[in-house]
Amino acid sequence: MSTQDPIAAFRVEAGDLLDQIEQGLLDLGHRLDDRGLIDEVFRGLHTLKGSGAMFGFNALADFTHHCETAFDRVRKGLAPATQELVAVILSARDHMRALIEGDGAGLESAGAAILAQLQAAIDGASGEAPAAVAPAAPKGWRLFFRLPAEAMANGTNPLMLLDELRDLGECRIVARTDTIPPLAELVPTECHIGWDVELRGDISRDDIDDVFIFVMDDMELTIEPLEVEASDAPVQTPAEEAAALVVDVPMAAQDGAASRTPAKPAGESVRVPAERLDELMDRVGELVIVQSRLSQLASGHGSAVGNELALRSISEEIERLAGELRDTMMVLRMVPVASLFSRFRRLVHDLARETGKTIELSTEGETTEVDKTMIERLADPMVHLIRNACDHGLETPEDRLAAGKPAAGQVHLSAHQAGGEVLITIRDDGRGIDRARVRAKAESQGLIQPGQSISDHDLLQMIFHPGFSTAAQVTNLSGRGVGMDVVKRTIESLRGAIDITSAPGEGSTVVLRIPLTLAIIDGLLVRVGEGRYVIPLGAVEECLELSLEEDLRSRGRSFITLRDRLVPFLRLREIFDTGTRPDPHQKIVVIATGSERVGLVVDQIIGSHQTVIKSMSPLHRDVATFAGATILGDGGVALILDVAQLVMLGQNQEERLRAAG
Amino acid sequence: MTASILTVDDSPSLRMAIRIALTGAGYDVTEAGDGVEGLAAAGAKRFDLIITDLNMPNMDGLTMIRELRKAPEQAGIPIIFLTTESDDAMKQQAKAAGATGWLVKPFVPEQLIKVSRKVLGR
Repeated sequence: MSTQDPIAAFRVEAGDLLDQIEQGLLDLGHRLDDRGLIDEVFRGLHTLKGSGAMFGFNALADFTHHCETAFDRVRKGLAPATQELVAVILSARDHMRALIEGDGAGLESAGAAILAQLQAAIDGASGEAPAAVAPAAPKGWRLFFRLPAEAMANGTNPLMLLDELRDLGECRIVARTDTIPPLAELVPTECHIGWDVELRGDISRDDIDDVFIFVMDDMELTIEPLEVEASDAPVQTPAEEAAALVVDVPMAAQDGAASRTPAKPAGESVRVPAERLDELMDRVGELVIVQSRLSQLASGHGSAVGNELALRSISEEIERLAGELRDTMMVLRMVPVASLFSRFRRLVHDLARETGKTIELSTEGETTEVDKTMIERLADPMVHLIRNACDHGLETPEDRLAAGKPAAGQVHLSAHQAGGEVLITIRDDGRGIDRARVRAKAESQGLIQPGQSISDHDLLQMIFHPGFSTAAQVTNLSGRGVGMDVVKRTIESLRGAIDITSAPGEGSTVVLRIPLTLAIIDGLLVRVGEGRYVIPLGAVEECLELSLEEDLRSRGRSFITLRDRLVPFLRLREIFDTGTRPDPHQKIVVIATGSERVGLVVDQIIGSHQTVIKSMSPLHRDVATFAGATILGDGGVALILDVAQLVMLGQNQEERLRAAG
Repeated sequence: MTASILTVDDSPSLRMAIRIALTGAGYDVTEAGDGVEGLAAAGAKRFDLIITDLNMPNMDGLTMIRELRKAPEQAGIPIIFLTTESDDAMKQQAKAAGATGWLVKPFVPEQLIKVSRKVLGR
């Protein structure tokens, strides 16, 4: 963050503040009388109002001010914290977010509506507006002041105060030197002089108080009007007046700031702990050293043998550094899933209100770290899964009690790392998936034959089919056309997997298996014709040789028998139209997503390859067969195959064949 | 000579706003993110003015002001603290700790410059 726009920085900070406020409110919803939480929310609102006004977000500051006022009453014990209040402030929080992200246009009515609700919730909020007392200004003032002894050490310069007084108007200053101690007792950092000042002109009392504002409370100060024309001189104590002065002025609106351009969506940013950056810096430093060794070697003269040895050591060094740089870099992109989980607290809170169910959300393993991009892309599918759990899974409190369960339904989120994957589990203790209904629906959609025997696991997989929704009653929450199939596709596009288990009456568990990062994968490098391609290694089940006789036998049929199962295969050389003669010993790489498998016929298997994924250009975004590209050690380019797409192709082929009988 | 000002605040956006306002008014600005950094910066160089927040991690503004005032070489350096607290207690504590003045948040840049001019005299 160097010399960027402070408004952008404010937006980021305000976002954090809003999150804090939200978390505070949600906690408060559970513990309505927790003073600590009330204070926390109040502080959040207060800071937001303050910074909002400073950066020109006046609509935000005004709006937040009302919320703060309402909350202040709660804080001072004048009003109780209620669920209604929490709910209203939560919606007010959302409005604040809108005010921060946009320019506030067209949001006034929404804001007014929320404020009306707020008023109702707080039940007669206070509307104190202290009328400013404007004392009549006399012709001038006579004052005497003496600073506290430590004032000079504490940074107050009496000469400047005198200068300020001079700036106010015609001024006569006489020093009182009677209190200066003998030299032996004089402390040089203390101020021993007092001053008599006569000020003439149309000067308000406020102006004088302003001069002494910082020292007023402790100093010796008498102020009296020179010619008392307005007999009812101000009765406020100077301190009160001073305080009012400091508090009121800042609210002055900045017109210039109001005309700022509408906000662009905030650029994606990652917060990185400083020590991780230091680590990265270390590596880069080492790299620079090795680089200079290399150039020295290149320009230097030595025996060929010596050079070769030195070169080899440098090469090893660079290899180590590249590996370490890669690891350090990956870690930089990792963020704890807590940031993902915390969003769902609000979701569950809202769902509970909408459905009238009592839902308790518990989380576990929030410190597990996942790639930042992954977190973003996981949010939507997880929202859907949690909606499902709350809406379809959990029963109403009455039903739960009748079934002998506690009235409050549980939704449990957990995350933990297993090898190169992160497992995210969404578990509810609801009614579980109704097999009979899934079956009926699957039959009506022609996914399975009536009466066909199918394993329980396979039956549950049916819910991932497009257009499959068993909700008998489509509610506001789920059943909006975004089905489990979209969830599954999203997870698979992240090279993850989704699995569901369910016990009737006991609840369902959805497990998402997600790779730690999107940027680098282990791949299997293969050759088809003259091109080289990468198959994500995680999807590879096995590699075998396509024998000549099988090759001939399967012409036109494209199936092989693999451990008593028919597996469709695709001849990549035909799909890619390589126009070369096939190698004599072609290989089949069997890839799988979930339970579906497909074999890919390639000319040569080159080996495993650490693949840094480069995304394709926008022009090639629609090319479905490839997930990206990578650059090989020799500088050549290899395309990365999209496993999910290829499996789908294979399945289509299978279906066509079945249809043909 | 341009007056040099040290600003101590844990909020980067606020530091940025302060820096923009003060450099715009011709001051030389150094930034620190908390009391510990602030003390270190003040120890390395004598500033003409220190502007500090009170609520900060690691070391809060109150402690920093007390520490600064303990050091004889810091005597007489004006210290302005920023406060969002509406109650007086914090202000009194900061003053007792040796602060010169204060500025109530929110403030507009003009106020910040005015207060700086006031205590710096330039």
